[in-house]
Amino acid sequence: MQKILSGNAFVFGNNVDTDQIYPGRFVEFTDVEDVAKYAMFGADPDFTKKIKKGDFIVAGTNFGCGSSREHAAITLKAVGVGAIIAESFARIFYRNAINLGVPLIVCPDISKLIQAGGSLSVDLHSGAITGEKGLIATAEPMSEYVLNILESGGIKPLIKRQLEAENRL
Amino acid sequence: MHAIEKLLAKKAGKSKVLTGEIINCEIDMAGINDLYLQTLRSFFEMGGKKVHDPSKVIMFLDHYAPASTITQAANQKQFREFCWDQGIDLLMDIDQGVCHQVLADKGLAYPGEIVVITDSHTTTHGAFGAFGTGVGATDLAIILATGKLWFRVPEIIKINFEGKLPKGVYAKDAILHAIGKLGADYAVYKAVEFGGSMLQHLSISERMALCNMSTEMGAKASYIQPDAITMAFLEEKVTRAYEIYHTDADFHYADEVSFDVSELKPQLAAPSSVDNVFDVSQFIGRHIDQAYLGSCTGGRAEDIGIAAHILRGKKVAPRTRFVIVPASKGVLLEAMEKGYVKTLIEAGATFVTPGCAACLGTHEGMIASGETCITTTNRNFPGRMGDTKAEIFLGSPAAVAAAALMGEIVDPTLYM
Repeated sequence: MQKILSGNAFVFGNNVDTDQIYPGRFVEFTDVEDVAKYAMFGADPDFTKKIKKGDFIVAGTNFGCGSSREHAAITLKAVGVGAIIAESFARIFYRNAINLGVPLIVCPDISKLIQAGGSLSVDLHSGAITGEKGLIATAEPMSEYVLNILESGGIKPLIKRQLEAENRL
Repeated sequence: MHAIEKLLAKKAGKSKVLTGEIINCEIDMAGINDLYLQTLRSFFEMGGKKVHDPSKVIMFLDHYAPASTITQAANQKQFREFCWDQGIDLLMDIDQGVCHQVLADKGLAYPGEIVVITDSHTTTHGAFGAFGTGVGATDLAIILATGKLWFRVPEIIKINFEGKLPKGVYAKDAILHAIGKLGADYAVYKAVEFGGSMLQHLSISERMALCNMSTEMGAKASYIQPDAITMAFLEEKVTRAYEIYHTDADFHYADEVSFDVSELKPQLAAPSSVDNVFDVSQFIGRHIDQAYLGSCTGGRAEDIGIAAHILRGKKVAPRTRFVIVPASKGVLLEAMEKGYVKTLIEAGATFVTPGCAACLGTHEGMIASGETCITTTNRNFPGRMGDTKAEIFLGSPAAVAAAALMGEIVDPTLYM
């Protein structure tokens, strides 16, 4: 996994729920190309036209609250979101995104520090979030458990290796 | 240690666990619902061939029951075939209802159990002294493949509700009040134990509503210490062996808050977040296009009974529709036997067969732009039940039924 990510920031508020990230009426779609069409559709229907690969979502508290739908994490990964930086994440969304290998960065007050977007770079190991004018904030460190999943490219390769090892025994 | 910690330790094969520790637990019951075909995809993507223990897997065709589109039908077909291929006998097809109610009806929710479902409202099973938590598709696929899942041992908060609720005020009002005061992210990553003297007066149905809504303050799981009311339910429903854990007297909660509910007024969560909570008096007279009674939160027989009591011999207001969705087959049968269904159909209500229906904005009671809905369900996010420009108020079954009767938001205590 790339250690330093860079891209533009798209800023959202507090309690961005999974119905805004991926509305319930589209949950029946299961192919990633279809799921990718509706990223952030409930919050900004034009989001998919603006986002470029590697860009960041910046948000306040409790990002991803609501439903357990993995579509919310799948759609953001599919449109190329490089990382999501928020003051806190809802629990199921957190697991879903990490499982897919999407870095989630917890940083207090980030929605106040980055209000207008702009270009950012994020050092996943040190937690340093840097803007055009220098260091903006330092994020909370990720747990080793989570970093291990991210560095493996998500949890699927890890479990796959575990199953293969068990089958060899 | 807390009862939840003892339960988690047992399932992780350890004598004790510490807050924040990552543990790998055996899962007693893993439930998949029909929204998440990705569960099966992730299982195969990880190299899964045979499900680790098919007797501990349950499949619910509830969110799209019965299928409203060809895509939904095709997804459900794949789920059925997966169950048949893998020897998963617990296939809860479209006749059964919402996963959490079905588990309770079938005696599959019990103390000491870890139940994990691809549904955020799995916290409901704290009402039985179980550890219930929602996960996404890939996490559930890991359980299918290995029988286990990792958890971070959560901080535990205690929320006490003291006093007896006034007539016409329900557990739904109590939990909305608490979420309004504490915020939608108060309990993120944490487990919530409910206590206080209010519980002595709460049926299993209302306790399920309480635990169900803990999800809306971000809780990972909820818990009510099993008592005489729990035991009476377990004796009626549960045939398998179970273990009840108790919290040590010296356990320290991460936080403890108390609410006096003895004079609580009916509460409403106003658009568009569950923590935007006010006394019903703030919204008296607001026109209602659709009243909706259903879901794993507010679609049980007691809830339908409250509506039947309010609407007996009366009619739903002319410019309002009243959609009722029993949470399960068991609920529908009970509502029929008790005469609630006849009463409510005669009053002008529309019945939908058991399932999740419009609670999550997929089918069977969607709302249009500019419309206002009052509902016994659990979320009022923009677009949750249909158009993003529709407004959703969350309330008790009484608040919903009284609004159906009058065509506008009213104080339900005046209609009891």
